[in-house]
Amino acid sequence: MRISGSHNGGGLIDRGKPLRFTFDGHSYQGFAGDTLASALLANDIRMVARSFKYHRPRGIMTAGSEEPNALVTLGTGAAQEPNLRATTLELHDGLAAHSQNRWPSLDWDLLALNDLAAPFFGAGFYYKTFMWPRAFWEKLYEPAIRRAAGLGALSGQPNADRYEKAFAHCDLLVVGAGPAGLMAALTAARAGADVILADEDTVMGGRLNAENEEVGGQPGREWAAGLVAELAEMDNVRLMPRTAVTGVFDGGTYGALERVSMHVASPGQAPRECFWRIVARRAILAAGSLERPVAFQNNDRPGIMMAGAVRAYLNRWNVAPGRSVAVFGNNDSAHRTAADLIAAGINVAALIDARPGAKTDLDVPFYHGQVCGSEGRKGLEAVSIATQSGIEKVQADCLAVSGGWNPTLHIACHMNGRPAWDEKIVAFVPKPGMVPGLAAAGSANGAFSTAQCLAQGADAAQEALADLGLKPAKPEIPQAEDDPYSITALWSVPGKGRAWLDFQNDVTVKDVNLAARESYASVEHMKRYTTQGMAPDQGKNSNVNALAILADATGRSIPETGTTTYRPPFVPLTMAAIGAGAQGKGFAPQRFTTSHAATEEAGAPMIEAGLWYRPSYFPAPGETHWRQSCDREVGYVRNAVGICDVSTLGKIDIQGPDAPEFLDFVYTNMFSTLKVGRTRYGLMLREDGHVMDDGTTARLSEHHYLMTTTTAAAGQVMRHLELVRQGLRPDLDVQIISVTEQWAQFAVAGPKSRELLNGLLDAPIDDESFPFMGCGDITLGGVAGRLFRISFSGEHAYEIAVPARFGDSLFRTLKSRAEALGGGAYGMEALNVLRIEKGFITHSEIHGRTTAFDVGLQGMMSKKKDFIGKTASQRPGLMDEDRERLVGLKPTGAVKQLTAGAHLFNDGAEATRENDQGYVTSVGFSPTLGHFIGLGFLKRGPERIGETVRMVDHLRGVETTCEVCNPVFFDPEGGRARD
Amino acid sequence: MRINCPHCGPRDRREFTYQGDALALDRPDPEAGPDVWNDYIHNRDNPAGPTRELWYHETGCAAWLVVTRDTVTHDIHAVELASAVKGAGK
Amino acid sequence: MTDLLAKSPCDGLLPLTIGSVTVTEIAFDAITSLAPFKGQESAVSDALKVQMGAAFPKPNRTTGKAHARAVWSGVGQALVLGPPLAPIPGAAMTDQTDAWTCVALEGDGARDVLARLTPLDLRPSVFKQGHAARTEIAHMGGVLMRTGENRYGLMVFRSMAATLVHDLEIAMQSVAARGRL
Repeated sequence: MRISGSHNGGGLIDRGKPLRFTFDGHSYQGFAGDTLASALLANDIRMVARSFKYHRPRGIMTAGSEEPNALVTLGTGAAQEPNLRATTLELHDGLAAHSQNRWPSLDWDLLALNDLAAPFFGAGFYYKTFMWPRAFWEKLYEPAIRRAAGLGALSGQPNADRYEKAFAHCDLLVVGAGPAGLMAALTAARAGADVILADEDTVMGGRLNAENEEVGGQPGREWAAGLVAELAEMDNVRLMPRTAVTGVFDGGTYGALERVSMHVASPGQAPRECFWRIVARRAILAAGSLERPVAFQNNDRPGIMMAGAVRAYLNRWNVAPGRSVAVFGNNDSAHRTAADLIAAGINVAALIDARPGAKTDLDVPFYHGQVCGSEGRKGLEAVSIATQSGIEKVQADCLAVSGGWNPTLHIACHMNGRPAWDEKIVAFVPKPGMVPGLAAAGSANGAFSTAQCLAQGADAAQEALADLGLKPAKPEIPQAEDDPYSITALWSVPGKGRAWLDFQNDVTVKDVNLAARESYASVEHMKRYTTQGMAPDQGKNSNVNALAILADATGRSIPETGTTTYRPPFVPLTMAAIGAGAQGKGFAPQRFTTSHAATEEAGAPMIEAGLWYRPSYFPAPGETHWRQSCDREVGYVRNAVGICDVSTLGKIDIQGPDAPEFLDFVYTNMFSTLKVGRTRYGLMLREDGHVMDDGTTARLSEHHYLMTTTTAAAGQVMRHLELVRQGLRPDLDVQIISVTEQWAQFAVAGPKSRELLNGLLDAPIDDESFPFMGCGDITLGGVAGRLFRISFSGEHAYEIAVPARFGDSLFRTLKSRAEALGGGAYGMEALNVLRIEKGFITHSEIHGRTTAFDVGLQGMMSKKKDFIGKTASQRPGLMDEDRERLVGLKPTGAVKQLTAGAHLFNDGAEATRENDQGYVTSVGFSPTLGHFIGLGFLKRGPERIGETVRMVDHLRGVETTCEVCNPVFFDPEGGRARD
Repeated sequence: MRINCPHCGPRDRREFTYQGDALALDRPDPEAGPDVWNDYIHNRDNPAGPTRELWYHETGCAAWLVVTRDTVTHDIHAVELASAVKGAGK
Repeated sequence: MTDLLAKSPCDGLLPLTIGSVTVTEIAFDAITSLAPFKGQESAVSDALKVQMGAAFPKPNRTTGKAHARAVWSGVGQALVLGPPLAPIPGAAMTDQTDAWTCVALEGDGARDVLARLTPLDLRPSVFKQGHAARTEIAHMGGVLMRTGENRYGLMVFRSMAATLVHDLEIAMQSVAARGRL
C-alpha cells in the first residue's frame, strides 16, 4: 500500500512520473524511483515467488541485493533474463516481469505438493534416496529433480543484448556509499587522491536513504545527496552508482558489475551491464551490514520481512508492506521500526522483544517474548507469540523481524582471510590485513551507529592517504545518531515444525541439526550436505544463523565452528558480463592477408590457421566438390604454375655480429656456414630433444639473416628466440624482430614459374642469378622486393615478397598471369597434397612428441656444435630403432581411402591398443599418382618399406590395408625443384 | 594479478605469459651427464612458499622476467629481467 | 613490367566518427625499427638526432613530434615514425612501414573508449602526453601513444586492421550511447 509520505517529506520516489509495468501479465502502476519490489508492495502483491524445493509461497523479504525470495524473470525470447532480484530492479515504463519456478501459475502451483511430502525431503535426501538402481540417476531422477527444483530459465537463444567490459584505475576505491563510504571518499578526494566510489544502489547514501534520522542537522538523505553532489563536481572522483564490487583479486584488482542501462526502456547501443576491472592502490570496504532473520516455525510466509527492509519501504518508497504490522527482534532495530510505523500512521499490532528486561516507551502492544509461529497460506494473517504467560495469537499481515546485523565483510575474505567473532555485537567482523591494502570502516567493520560510521570512514581515508603519500586533512564530522547497540543472541525459536534458515535453498533448522547428528560437524561439510548457503544469495541471509545452530548442535562455540569460505562474486554475475566483448568477432583477432579481398572475390572458402584466414580452395565454374578444385590446383603446380599466399609464415629478421652463432645455437644444423644470398632448411628442437619447428632461413648479408617459421608456431618461435637471446645467451650481440607483417609473400610454383616471373620483374632471372635455394633483391615496376628460390611443392618454385601495401595488387597480377599460362591460384588443400606427395612435414608430423630421428632428419643434427635440444635428443629412448618413425602409406585394400588419425596394425592382427603399431598423420588424394597417399608413424618404419599393414579408423569406421612406402612419393631425386 | 615489469611498470597479468620455473635459465654443460640434464629438463619443486618463475611480457615489451612469487600468499617479492639475472651484458 | 598499386591497412574501413570520438588512419612515410647493438646506444641516439632531431626514446616514452617521432617499442628497440632513415651504424634496422595499422583516436571520450580496450592505466596524470606503452589493445599486442590532451595513437599489426576498427567501433558506440542515457 502506498502511503502519503507526509511523515518524511515524500521519500525518494517521483510521484509526478507514474510508470506502467506488468507482473505475470497483469498491469500495475509505480513511480520513478521505485524498484520492482517497492512497486509490487505498493500494489499489495505479497506473494511473488515459489520456493526452490518445496514450492512454498514466498514474498519480498529484503530491500537489497541479498534478497532470497523475490527472484523474477525479465523479458521474453532471446533477451529473457532469469533470476533477477525484484529488490534491485529499477522500475521503468513497460517493464515486464514474470515469476519463476511455478506451474501452471504462481497462485496455483502443482508442485506445491512437494511441501506436503516435506518429511521425506530433508538434508541428504537425494544422496539417500536416489542411489539405486544406478542407471536411474542420470535417466530418471536427475531430470525429474531438475525440472521440479530450481530457478528461472534462459531462452536457449543467442542473446543480442550488449554487454561490455572496461578497466579503471584509482588511488582509492571506496566500496559502498553510505555514511562511512561517503565520508571516506570526501576525505580522500579533498586531499587530491584519485577516488572511485562504487555503490550497488541507484542512489548513493546507503541506510541514510532508508532511515528517519538527521545528519548535521538535516535529513540524512539530504546530507548524503549534498555530499554526493560535491563529489560529482570533483575531477579526481569517479562516482559509480549501480555498481556492485563483486570480488577482490591479487595486486589490488577488484571486479565490479555495473548495471548500465537495465533501468531504461530503450537503451539504444548502451550495454546492459559492464564488468569493470578496477585497479586500486588502496581500498576501503564500507559496504554496510545485512540484517539477519530469526528462525521460527513457518517464518517464511509472504509478509514476513526484515525490520530494516520495512523501514526502507516506508521511508524511501513510502510503501507500507502491511496494514497491521507486528515487529519482532532481539535488538533496537525492532523498536526503531515500530517508531517509524507509528510516524507513518501504520498500525503496530505488536512489538515483541526477546531481550531479557526489554521494555518500551512506545504506545504499542508490547510483548517480552518470541514469535513462535505464523498463519496464512499465501500471505501472513497472524503470528503466535510465546511469552512467560503462554502463547498468544495476534492478527497481522506483516511481521518485521530483526535478529541483529552482520557486517558485509564478504569481499574482505576473498583472499583466504577468515573474519573474527565479536561477542559484543554477536557477529563476525573483518580482521585488519585480510586483503593487502583494504581496510573496513563503518558498519562493515562492526560500527553500528551513524556517528561511528562517519568517524570510521574519515579515519580509514586518513590512513589510506598516509599510505599513498598524500597529506590528509581531517574533515569535520557532522552530528549524527550515536545510540549504543544492544543485542542478545537469538538464532531460532524452539518449537515444532519447520523453521527456515536458507530461504533460497529451503534449508531448515532441522536440516542443520540432522547434518550434525549424521556427523557433518564441519561447517563446510554441513553446507554441502544441506545445501545451506549454496543458493544465489550465497547464504547472505542465513550463514551466520546456520553455523550458530550447528555450533549449538555440536556443543562448540561459534568461533570454534567458524565460517564457510566466502568467494567471488559478492552478487550473482551474468556470464554475458564476464565474457563481454568475446562473442562473434570479439572472440579473437582476425588476421587477414593482403590477398584476402581478392580471394573472397574468387569465391574461395576460408579456413582458420591460428588467427589467420587462408583459402581452402578456389572453386571453378562447374565444380561441385572441393576435391575437383583441389585436384585441378595440384595440376597447376605440377604442370604449369600455381600461386599461393604464404605471408602467414612467420618471418623473423635477425641481425648482429653474433647472429651466425645465435642461429647455430637454436637450429640443429649449421647456419654460420651458409653463403650470403643462399637459403637453407633448418630444424629447431625443444630442449627436451623433440622437434619444435622447421623452416628456411636466408642469409641476406654477413650479419643479417631472415628466418621463416611455420604459420602455426610463429609466436612460439619468437618467444623461444627471445628467451634464448635474453635468458640463455645474453652474451650474444644479436637483435631480432618480426617482419611477418611487413611483407606480402607469394609462392610461385611450377614448371612455368620462372617464365611468369620474367614477365613481371624489372630484370629477368636465370639459374645463375637465382639458383635452387638462392635468394636476393628484385624490383617490380620500381618496387623493391625479395625473391627466394625455395619450394614446398617439389617443383621449380619461388617465393616473392613485396611490402604489404602492394600485396593485393601483386596477388591479382600473379593470379591472372598464372591463369594466362594455364595455371592459377591454389589453396591450402592443394598445398597439403603437394607437400604430402613430397613427404614434407608440417605440424601434423612435428606435433610435439616426435624427434628428428622419428621424422628421418637425424642427419641434420650437427656433431660439431652444441644446440638447443642436442643433449636430450641423444637419450637412448629417443634414438630407439623401435620408435614409431615416418613412413609413406598407400591403400592396397578394397577401400581405397586413408584417414588421418587412424591407427596402424600388423596385417592380420586384431585392432586393439596392445597391437598398435603407429598412426596416420596426413592424408590426401594425389591426382599426380591417381590414388590416396598418406604420411604416418610406424614402429621401425623405414625398415618396413614394402610391407603391408592394416589401417583402422575406429572413430570414422574406415578400415583398409596399406603398403608402407618411402615418404617421398613423387620425384624422390628432387630434380624438378633443382633444374 | 599485476606484475611490475622493470621496463614498463605495473601491468595487468593478461599482458604476460607464464613459462615455468626460472631454473630453465641455468642450462647445464652439454657434458654434465644425464642426471643433471634430467633435473634441468623435467624435475621441478612445487613449493608452498616463494618460487622463482619465468614470465614473458608478451603483449608488452617482450622482456623475459624472473618473478619471485609466493604460492601461498600470492605476494610478488621481486621482478627482475632474465638478462640481468643471467648477469652477462644486456 | 608491372604497375603495383598500394593499399593502406584500413583501406575502406576509416575514418569513423561516433558521438564525439573520431578514428582516422595515419600514413607515415616510413616506419623503421631501430635496435642498437651492445654499447652502441648513445652513438645510435646521436645519429638519430642528426637525422630527425630526436633522441632514442626512453622506455614508455616518445621523442620528436608528429610525422617525425620515435616511440619506444620494447626491450632495446624503437620504431621511428616518419622520415625514412639512412642506415645508422651500430644498430639493427628493419623496414616496418607496411607492418603496422596506425590510427589516431581523438575527441572527448577517447580515453573512455580506450578504457574498454586496454588494461593500461590511462589516467591523465599517469599516461601523459609524450608517453607510450607496449600493451594489449583488445586482444592484440600493440603500441599506444598519447599524442595530445584527448588524442591517442594506436598501432597494431597490419593484418588485424579490421579487428581493431571493429573493436574501436563497438567501444565508441557504447561510450556514445552511455552519454545519451
